[in-house]
Amino acid sequence: MADDTTQHPLKIYWIMWAALFVLSTFSYATDFLDRGNLRHFLILLFMFAKAGGIVWIFMHMGWERLALKIAILGPPVAIVVLIALMSLEGNYVEDSRLEHYGESTMEVASPEHH
Amino acid sequence: MPWGKAMMWIFLLSDTFIFSCFLVGYMMVRISTTDPWPNPSEVFALEAFGYPVPLLLIAIMTFILITSSGTMALAVNMGYRRNRKLTFWLMVATAVLGASFVGMQAFEWSKLISEGVRPWGNPFGAAQFGSSFFMITGFHGMHVSAGVIYLLVIAFRVKRGFYENRPGGYEIVEITGLYWHFVDLVWVFIFAFFYLW
Repeated sequence: MADDTTQHPLKIYWIMWAALFVLSTFSYATDFLDRGNLRHFLILLFMFAKAGGIVWIFMHMGWERLALKIAILGPPVAIVVLIALMSLEGNYVEDSRLEHYGESTMEVASPEHH
Repeated sequence: MPWGKAMMWIFLLSDTFIFSCFLVGYMMVRISTTDPWPNPSEVFALEAFGYPVPLLLIAIMTFILITSSGTMALAVNMGYRRNRKLTFWLMVATAVLGASFVGMQAFEWSKLISEGVRPWGNPFGAAQFGSSFFMITGFHGMHVSAGVIYLLVIAFRVKRGFYENRPGGYEIVEITGLYWHFVDLVWVFIFAFFYLW
């Protein structure tokens, strides 16, 4: 039952912990890059690396049986379809707004720092 | 697989869909608006040593949450080693870190509100920025607050020896840990998509 999770040496947790710190520092560092493909690629890369580590090591998914892995990690894949549909729809809505209302005339303020 | 753990995983799966819907909704409104999107690294900058540092508080909050995930992972391990005292203190440390995260989130909210950011509009750009910000971080903050309460309840039961002679024993610490790591996991996605993108 719980025996498979009982005997983990602590070492793997320390490594994972340190890795999360390093990856978060890298994530934060992407904010100093200009917005573009490289920045977005690195944001996603560090995000998935951190998420994978948390689920696999900290949440013990790596030691669970295959049935649970499939039952829990399978369904979220469907979200990819939603993302694809909504980004198509979003671009369509933006285009039709531009066509009917024209470019935005909003005046924006720059944030002050406290 | 103990039933409690299976139920927690199923709950977390449903929570995954809720947060995904929020983030996809945020993506949709950000793509579809024709108004300029406020630059998060400027909106969330704080002044330190005379310079505005981008996302300073958000970075600190990220590291606090990671630290709390580490203490939680150790608490689970100590639970299985039946070290009640250390399990209790590690869970309390996790709860304290979680509470400080919520405190910083409250500070961030009041700062933005004082600058005029509202769910229906803000001075820095597209109105949808405020609605997505308050909804997504609010829902996440609510999860963290609930997690702090959950952690403290279980921690004090561990201290009392409540799980000493129960079937399943200290599995409950692992189940609590699953919830806590999930809250950290959601923050990874919010940090990437809302604050950095």
